[in-house]
Parts: sequence; structure tokens; C-alpha cells
Amino acid sequence: MEYAIILLIMACVFGLFMAWGIGANDVANAMGTSVGSGAITIKQAVIIAAIFEFAGAFLAGGQVTKTIRKGIIDADLLSGTPELLVYGMLAALLAAGIWLLVASRLGWPVSTTHTIVGAIVGFAAVGIGMSAVHWGKVGSIVMSWVVSPLLAGTISYWLFRSVQGLILSTKTPFENAKKYVPFYIFLTGFVIALVTMFKGLKHIGLETTILQNYGMAFIVGLIVMFVGKYYISKLTIDPEADRDFHFANVEKVFAVLMVFTACAMAFAHGSNDVANAIGPVAAVVSIVQSGGEITQKSALPIWILLLGGVGIVAGLLMYGRRVMETIGKNITELTPSRGFAATLAAATTVVLASGTGLPISTTHTLVGAVLGVGMARGIGAVNLNVVRTIFLSWIITLPAGAIMAILFFFMFKGIFGA
Amino acid sequence: MARTTISSLFGNSPVKPLQTHMASVQDCISELVPFFEAVLDHDWKAAKAQQKKIARLENAADKLKRNLRMQLPRSLFMPVSRRDLLEVLTMQDKIANKAKDIAGLITGRKMEFPETVNEQLIAFVARAVDASAQAQTAINELDELVETGFGGREVKLVQSMIKELDAIESDNDKLERKIRASLFKLENDLPPVQVMFLYRVIDWIGELADLSQRVGSRLELLLAR
Repeated sequence: MEYAIILLIMACVFGLFMAWGIGANDVANAMGTSVGSGAITIKQAVIIAAIFEFAGAFLAGGQVTKTIRKGIIDADLLSGTPELLVYGMLAALLAAGIWLLVASRLGWPVSTTHTIVGAIVGFAAVGIGMSAVHWGKVGSIVMSWVVSPLLAGTISYWLFRSVQGLILSTKTPFENAKKYVPFYIFLTGFVIALVTMFKGLKHIGLETTILQNYGMAFIVGLIVMFVGKYYISKLTIDPEADRDFHFANVEKVFAVLMVFTACAMAFAHGSNDVANAIGPVAAVVSIVQSGGEITQKSALPIWILLLGGVGIVAGLLMYGRRVMETIGKNITELTPSRGFAATLAAATTVVLASGTGLPISTTHTLVGAVLGVGMARGIGAVNLNVVRTIFLSWIITLPAGAIMAILFFFMFKGIFGA
Repeated sequence: MARTTISSLFGNSPVKPLQTHMASVQDCISELVPFFEAVLDHDWKAAKAQQKKIARLENAADKLKRNLRMQLPRSLFMPVSRRDLLEVLTMQDKIANKAKDIAGLITGRKMEFPETVNEQLIAFVARAVDASAQAQTAINELDELVETGFGGREVKLVQSMIKELDAIESDNDKLERKIRASLFKLENDLPPVQVMFLYRVIDWIGELADLSQRVGSRLELLLAR
């Protein structure tokens, strides 16, 4: 294959750029609820995000990467012309990167996931042919974009209602918080560990049975629960703090919980969104390395996952910090008890989707989760305009990503030759 | 830097501004007690200063009211109905307006009160201030109500506060009846125009407590699902 090295480098550069963009913008959104609730500082958020985004991308990012890489396009049709797939994936990356840059400048709530999926479907349908797209798979992905915010909203609604019933509305909220919050911590650890065990670890060579999965997840849950219990036991009650706001001490307990859900959120985000950047890279790399053969079986090289992880962390450190500051200043109404319900619900939904290999939008899922808490009458004011702009961005993003990808596809085809 | 999706999702909560407004209303109305003391002392200089202070505080409350109204667009999704919330705000504001009217009328006409009702009058005014203080206590629970999602113990607590407010108001009514009875005995010896305005001032002070009670009952509407 001609230009193999150039194509490879281009793929890595575009992929790194995408990952950087995700780290700069998306991560801040994912961590926003945690920073805004005041449970963790921006510095802590950056550290948590750096560690857990990377871990999520590395440990549980394989499934979604597979979908982006070979779930949307029927690569068998291209066995004669593998270079088309390479051009297409490069075009999708470039289109998504540019669209995201434009959209975030304009302040539109577009999703990385929607853009990249739109771009891949676009170049495949027009550049290769309608039959090259697995429309069934695309249909289920689009469905998941509708379902994921709804699911997250439902979970957060019931999580927050349970917090109200067990803790906030009782006679002794502080004592009950100390009693029940460890269970929520357990739940956080358990859910994340379970999904990771089930779907994520195969690619790093860990084969486990169902029973082992549950056992391991249970143990992970217990470990984080005891860590949380330790920190809760170290809390001191400040009766003065309750004078203005009766739940000030209760919220301190929830702040401990929030640290764990923030980790879960970063992990979930890493597991789902890194694929947007590295899925296309992986597709290009596997074709180029196998000398132009489209091998459906080839495993995902680990260095590509690392590439995605590094890109995200770099974007986060260079730019995401500032975005987080903006968010932290704007979300002051979100107390840790509400923030935790929203974050855990979103993290659970995203990790579930990651396990199933469905690329969804973390930000939109989080919006659904926040609305769920709002439905439980837990938030002073939610701006419903955002929901409308999100719907609009769905309608605009898919064609925008697709059209740009088609243009770049033909451009690459012209430059490198068919 | 454009606002991000998550941060623009959160509107400005009306809870704190509503509480701030009530606090400034309370600041305004509590100045009525020193005002009446000055009037009954026939110290018109002090009374005039006090009346100016009340007018200034009423103005401040007015400004807060307008700001809050401006930040409550229809697209806001709140745990309480927007209409009920705005009505609470209106009621709160009326308290300050009434206090300003009372002080304005008395200073404007340099009204004199019969010595024998002095004590009753101070008690009557103080009770009206108590009523709005109680309304403020209830309004101050709003953030806790949002925290608990308007459920459980917190709702009962606020309901008991509103009950207490009702009790204060009916106490205030009793004081009003007594002061009217006292005045009724004296009215034949006083100039008729003065008597007319005395009754009006008494009416207005009674309305202060009424308005506070209505803040409470509007708050009760917010509690209902």
C-alpha cells in the first residue's frame, strides 16, 4: 500500500486531536456536577479525571471502540478496496474534529459521539454505497441516544427519592446519612466493577466466569465501601453549620460519596468516549499494518488505547481545567446529595452502554440524569432551553458530520488515489 | 468561553432571592416599631428620619422583587409552580408597601394619637411585625424544602410554622378589636377627620398581619404537589 506511513501518522494525529478535544471539553462536562456540588476541588477533579478516564479507556473502552471500528460499516464489501476504508475513517475523524471545534466555539451542545457516528455513516453511505452501512446497528445506536438520557433520568429520580426517604426526610438525617451512604458507595463500586468485569477485560487477556465477575465486583464494592466508611467516620459535626442550612452536615457525608461517584463518572466517560477518537484510528492501523487486508478478527492494539488515554488527559490538563472552572461557578445549586444521584445514574447508564458497545453521549446522559433529580423536585431551577438546543443539535450534527466526512473522503481519495 | 452544556442547564434558583427579598421586607417593617415610638413621643424629627428609612428599605425590596421577576423565564423548570412563587413574592412585597404607606400617612398628616391607646398601639404594631417575622421564618425553610424534594418531616415543620403564623395573626386581630373599642369610647371627643384617619391606620396595621398570613398560605400552596 502506498503512503502507508503517511496515512498511519495522519490517523494518529487526527485521533490524538479528537482525544484532546474530548479531554478539553467533554471531560469537564462529565466532571461538572461533581465540581459544581463543591464536593471536590478543581484540582482534585483533574487528578480523578486523569486517572479514571485513562483507566476507563484502557480497561473498558474496547467494546465501543469495536463498534466504531467495524460495527457500523460492513467491511466485507471493501475487501477489494481497503484504502477506501482508510480514507473514510480519516475523513470521519477530521470532519468530527472540525465540527466539534466549530460547535464548541458557538456554544452548541453537540456530542462527540453523534458527530463521529454521523461522519462514519455519511462517508460509508455516499462514498461506498448504502448497503455498506449496517443500518440495523446504526438504528440501535440512534435508539440508544434516546434511551440513555431517559434511563439515566429514571435512575437518578429513584436514587434521589431513595435518598429523600432514607435520609433527608427523616428525624435524624445525619445519623441516617452515616448509616446509608456507605451502601451507595458500595453500589457505585459494584456497578462499575461488574460492567467492567463483564465486558471490558477480555482484551487485556482476562477471561472470567459469571460467578467470578459477581464475586470480584462484590469485593471491589466492599473495598470502596470501607474506604468510604473510614472517611465518613473521620467527619466532624459542626452544629454551627446547620444554623443557616439544616443539611450542611448531612451534605458533608454526601460529599464523601460524591468523590466516589466522580471517579465512576470519569471511568464511565473514558470507557465510552475514548472510542470516538481511537475507533477510527484502530481501523486505519489494522488495515495498514496487515498490508491492506481488512481483517475482522484482529485484536485492538493496546498502544492505541493508550494513545486515546494520553490524548484525553493532555486535553484535560491543558484546557479542561478552565472549562471546569466555568462550570463550577455556574452550578452552585447542586448539593452533593443531588449531584451524587445525577452523577451515579449517568455513570451507570454510560458504563452499561459501554459494556454493550453502544456509543452514547455522556453529556446528554448527564443532562437526562440532572432532569431526573429535578423531577424529584430536588433542584431550584433547571433551564429547559438546554433540552431544546440538545434536540436541535441532534438534528444538525448528524448531517453536518456526514456532509463534511463525505467531502473529506473524496478529497483524500483525490489526493492519495483510489 | 461559551457556557458548557452542563453549566447552562442550571438556571438561577429563585429560592435564595426570594429569601433575600423577604429579609429586606422584614428589615423595612421592623422599623415601624421605632417609628411609632417616635410618633407617640411627639418627636417628629426622629419620626421623619424613621419614615425616610422605611421608604428607602421599601425601595430596596422593590428592586429585589423586580430582579427576581426578571430571572424567572417560562422555560425554567422548578420544583414549585412559577405562578405560586410569583404570588408569594407579590405578597411579601405588599407588606413593605403597606409599612411605607402607614409611615407616610402618619408623617404626612402629623397624626396625634390619644395618650390612652399608646400602649395598645405599640403592642399592636409589634405583633404585626411578629407576624411577618414568622412568615420570614417559614420562607427561610424553602431551601431545606427543595433539599428534601418537598417531602416528609420538612413539610410538617413548615406546616407547623404556618400554623403558628395563623395564631399570631388571630392574636393581632384581637388586639385590633381592642384598640378599636378603646378608640370608640374616645371618638366623640376627637376631631372627626382625625378619628377617620386613626381608624384607617389601625386598619392598615391589621392588614400587615393579614398579608404576612397570606405569605404563609401561598407558601402552603407551594408545598402541595
